[in-house]
Amino acid sequence: MSDNRMEVRQVELEVLRYNPETDQEPKLQKFTVPCVNEWCVLDALNYLKDNLDPTLAYRWSCHMQVCGSCGMMINGEPKLACKAMLRDYPGTIRIEPLAHFPVERDLVTVADDFMAKLKRVKPYLIPGQPRTLEDGEYKQSPEQLKRYRQYAMCINCMLCYAACPEYGLQPKFIGPAAIALAHRYNQDSRDGGRDERQEEIATNEGVWECTFVGACSEVCPKHVDPAAALQQVKVASTVDWYLEHFMSWVKK
Amino acid sequence: MSRRPYVREVSPTSWYFRMPRYMRYMAREVTSVFIGIYTVILLVGLARLSDGDLAYQGYLAALRQPSSIVFHVLALAFSLYNSFTWFNVAPKALPIQIGEEFMPDSVVAGGHYVVWVALSLFILFWAGVF
Repeated sequence: MSDNRMEVRQVELEVLRYNPETDQEPKLQKFTVPCVNEWCVLDALNYLKDNLDPTLAYRWSCHMQVCGSCGMMINGEPKLACKAMLRDYPGTIRIEPLAHFPVERDLVTVADDFMAKLKRVKPYLIPGQPRTLEDGEYKQSPEQLKRYRQYAMCINCMLCYAACPEYGLQPKFIGPAAIALAHRYNQDSRDGGRDERQEEIATNEGVWECTFVGACSEVCPKHVDPAAALQQVKVASTVDWYLEHFMSWVKK
Repeated sequence: MSRRPYVREVSPTSWYFRMPRYMRYMAREVTSVFIGIYTVILLVGLARLSDGDLAYQGYLAALRQPSSIVFHVLALAFSLYNSFTWFNVAPKALPIQIGEEFMPDSVVAGGHYVVWVALSLFILFWAGVF
C-alpha cells in the first residue's frame, strides 16, 4: 500500500475577500496553495497567510476542534476549518465566512448577535435553593449527568446558525445553540432556573420560530443535536400550557 | 479603521435551493398540503352524506373520476412520505431514559410504526374491509 499522506499537491482555493475600507461588496479571490495531503483547510489558510497574502483575516485558535473559532463555509457547508480535511476535497475549495452573519472582514464574521442571545438564555447554573459552603458539594449521579451531557458539548462555534434557514430568514430567532444550552441547564439536577429561561425560549422568538429543518444537528461538529433540544423544549412547553390551562390543580 | 459589516441577504423565496437538506425539508412540508386537501375532501363527503343519499351518490361518483383517483394515489404516496419522515425524527423529541441509558431511537420510532399499523388495521376492520 502506498503512503500518500505526506504528498504535496497544489490546491485551488477560492476565498471570499472583503475589506470594509475599500470594497463595496465581498468578492472571491483565487489562490493556489501547495498543501500536504493530510492537512486540513485551516492549515491551507495558515500557509496562505504566512506565504502568499498576509492581509487575509480569519479566526482560529486551537486547531483541534475545541475552541470553535474557525467555523466557515467550505464549499457551501458550515464546517470547522480544522475539521475539514483536504483529502475530502478533490477539486477547488470555496471558502466563505459563516452564512447568516454579517461579514466584518474576509472570513471574519460579526458574532455580537449570538453573544447577546447566549447571555439572554442564562446558560449557567441557577440554584433552586440558596446553598452555603457548609452544605458541601452537589451530588449528581451518572444518570443525572447523562440527561444533559450531550448538550454540554457545545463549543459555541455557530455552525448551527449558519445552517439554520430559519435564522437566516428571521434573525430575531434565538437559534439552535443558545436554546440547546438553555435546555442543557434546564436538564441539570442542580439547576432551578427553568422558569427564568422559559421566559426567553418558550416564545415566538424562541422555540416556536423553529420548524424542525434539522440542519443544525446535521452540521454540529460536536454531535450536540440542537434540533433534539429544541423539540424537547417544545414538548415540555406544550405540557406546561395544558397543565396551566386545563389542569391548574396539578402542581408542576 | 472603520467598521462596515457586510450583510448577505437571504432570498425569502428561493433559499431552499441552496442545499439538498433544505429541499428534503421542503418536501416534508409540501407533502403535508396533500394531507390537508384530502382532509377537506373527506369533510365534504361527510357534509354530502348529511345532505341525503342523492348528494352522497354524487360525491361517490366524483371520487371515481380518473383525476380524483390520480389525486388520491398521489396523496397516499405523499402522506406515507410525510408520516415516515416524522416518525423517524420522533425519537429526538421524545427521548426516554431508563436508568442511565436512553432507549435506542429505533425503539421509539418503531413504537410509532406499531401504533400506526395497529390503528390503521383497526379502522379498516371497523370500516368492514376485512
